[in-house]
Amino acid sequence: MSSPASPPMATAAAPAVAPWRRLSPLMLLVHPIREIGRAVPGLLALLFVGSGAGHGPLWGLVGAGIVAAVSLSRWFTTRYRVSADQVQIREGLFRRRTLAARLERVRTVDVTSSFLHRALGLARVEIGTGVSDRKGSSALRLDGLAADHAARLRGELLHRADATGGTPSLDVPADGLLEPGLPEAEIARLDPAWLRFAPFTLSGVVTGLAILGFGWRLVSETQVDVGTIGPLHSVSAQLSEISLWLAVAEVAVGAAVFVALASTVRYVLAFWGFRLTRHRGGSFHVARGLLTTRATSIDVDRLRGVGISEPLLLRLMGGARTIAIATGLEVGRGASPAGRGGTVLLPDAPLAAALRVASVVTGRPDVVDAALVPHGSAATGRRYTRALGGALAVLALTGLVWWVLGLRGYDWAAGVVLLLGAAPLAADRARNLGHRVAGGYLVTQSGSLVRRKAILETDAIIGWNVRQSLFQRRVGVLTLSATTAAGRQFYRILDVTPTEARRIADAATPGLLSQFGPS
Amino acid sequence: MALSGLNLRAPANRVSRRALSYWTLRAVFTWVVIGAVEVLILYVGGSPVSHRMRGVIDVVSVVVALSYIVVMPQWRYRVHRWEATGSAVYTQTGWFTQERRIAPVSRIQTVDSHRGPLEQLLRLANVTVTTASAAGPLKIHGLDRGTADRLVAELTTRTEANTEDAT
Repeated sequence: MSSPASPPMATAAAPAVAPWRRLSPLMLLVHPIREIGRAVPGLLALLFVGSGAGHGPLWGLVGAGIVAAVSLSRWFTTRYRVSADQVQIREGLFRRRTLAARLERVRTVDVTSSFLHRALGLARVEIGTGVSDRKGSSALRLDGLAADHAARLRGELLHRADATGGTPSLDVPADGLLEPGLPEAEIARLDPAWLRFAPFTLSGVVTGLAILGFGWRLVSETQVDVGTIGPLHSVSAQLSEISLWLAVAEVAVGAAVFVALASTVRYVLAFWGFRLTRHRGGSFHVARGLLTTRATSIDVDRLRGVGISEPLLLRLMGGARTIAIATGLEVGRGASPAGRGGTVLLPDAPLAAALRVASVVTGRPDVVDAALVPHGSAATGRRYTRALGGALAVLALTGLVWWVLGLRGYDWAAGVVLLLGAAPLAADRARNLGHRVAGGYLVTQSGSLVRRKAILETDAIIGWNVRQSLFQRRVGVLTLSATTAAGRQFYRILDVTPTEARRIADAATPGLLSQFGPS
Repeated sequence: MALSGLNLRAPANRVSRRALSYWTLRAVFTWVVIGAVEVLILYVGGSPVSHRMRGVIDVVSVVVALSYIVVMPQWRYRVHRWEATGSAVYTQTGWFTQERRIAPVSRIQTVDSHRGPLEQLLRLANVTVTTASAAGPLKIHGLDRGTADRLVAELTTRTEANTEDAT
């Protein structure tokens, strides 16, 4: 990781033909260790039951050995170089290929160091060029550079002007944020008090499922009878003695406590040391992580907006997270708080802090804080019919299953709870709908279980999709989607009237629609 | 579409009339497969439902299939329209849920045309116009082959003149 004191831009001018460079030789250590780690369940199975349980674990080990050998070959075959206008990676043992990207196409650079990498002073570099991320196959990835080489590479890729000795592209508004002489300015850093939001991020559910999966695999490979394991045995015995409702409550509380704890652990692992900075070269820089550290640099030209995401529990606690809407950064798969989300601009934090980061990054606090235009009675009505209709459909379906299978004791109480829950959900969803076009940005907000607000540069809008179902047609509304190359690729404005939709489109992309009809 | 407030006229061109045959044939194929599965379940081997229930299922299937095969292509043909001007491509698709898509020519990244076996038989082609957004491909189904070729050539020359990043 680059320390703030030694900015990664102090590189000499690139020679005309850059030499090929190799990955760090220490990677020859990393691959075998990693493969052995992956083979641990198999090894444990071997320890527990010896060779009596078939050859599965043994074959697993052989497989791991082969994988390790193949990954070792990667070090010998991979080379990379950065020329004046291109970054090239040559790799492959049997099928040699050269991946290349023009430097001006580089949108993001991601430097990740797992615990193992860090112990050896290594880092993995991923270069996002927009096109490759979406197709997923040929991403530019260099696993295993010495940390200072990785930092230097990032500098070469993102701050080309500096690296070649030209004028630095100072794409930073004169808001006094960046003092002359300083390479970077801090926008936000993790406040340990934000840990109070961590239990409510629900990311621990993933951990729980992973542990269950690991346990299940261990059990199925060792063929141990779970009921005979001491603590599990006593728990199941205790649960079978008390009444059903009490048992359900006990399990629910246990699960909630576990999820809260695991979520907190994940939050700490993912976001410890979180820092968001702006670099003189014209990029935003996110560094975070306790064991695996991760540094993402986003070219300021590629940052097309910000999103504010508030899952219900977090919202009730007054928390929110801020997400980058950038070309070359995957959202959706990558937006999970502790997952491989390179897109987080601020982890779960007080709403005020999330909004402040959004204001600083967009440079338009007026847009971020602007009141949104509500969507009117038809949109509200549709929220209710959809929520109640959904609840009724679930009831009808479960009722049908009960009736067809001839089960007894259909739980009407659960059905009533479901119906009662639908109304407040609909009310909240209706209240949260809103949009606005102002100051060169399109703002749109929707959702209740996860309330999402997207603040997107109108320049980033490519075109429009206007969608209307028969039901929408009946009440005179439509869904307008702005398509874009950044973030989720499209941002919807749910259930607006045609007149309002036209107003939005004309304000955001003047002239695009007018050739197909006057406004 | 009830879009009076949008003040957006429908795209100028209809697709080829042969698209009607294409959609009808495809609907027939789909329902033949569904029908075959139904026959397998209800008649071959022991029927899982009563004799009367089987009659009801048969009648309902035939009515639904026939009305789908008759209504859907007509409805689609009325909705599916397209237009390409010097500065934008504009399509309208769907039948039950209808959608209009507009993308400026300056943001077009690729223009593909594609013909399935059935479409080859009917001398039809699809044209797909993609932009840098993964959410916004504009698809025009059931174009006459000549029209499709002309459209692809036209859009390609127009986008070639454009060297912007298009994101």
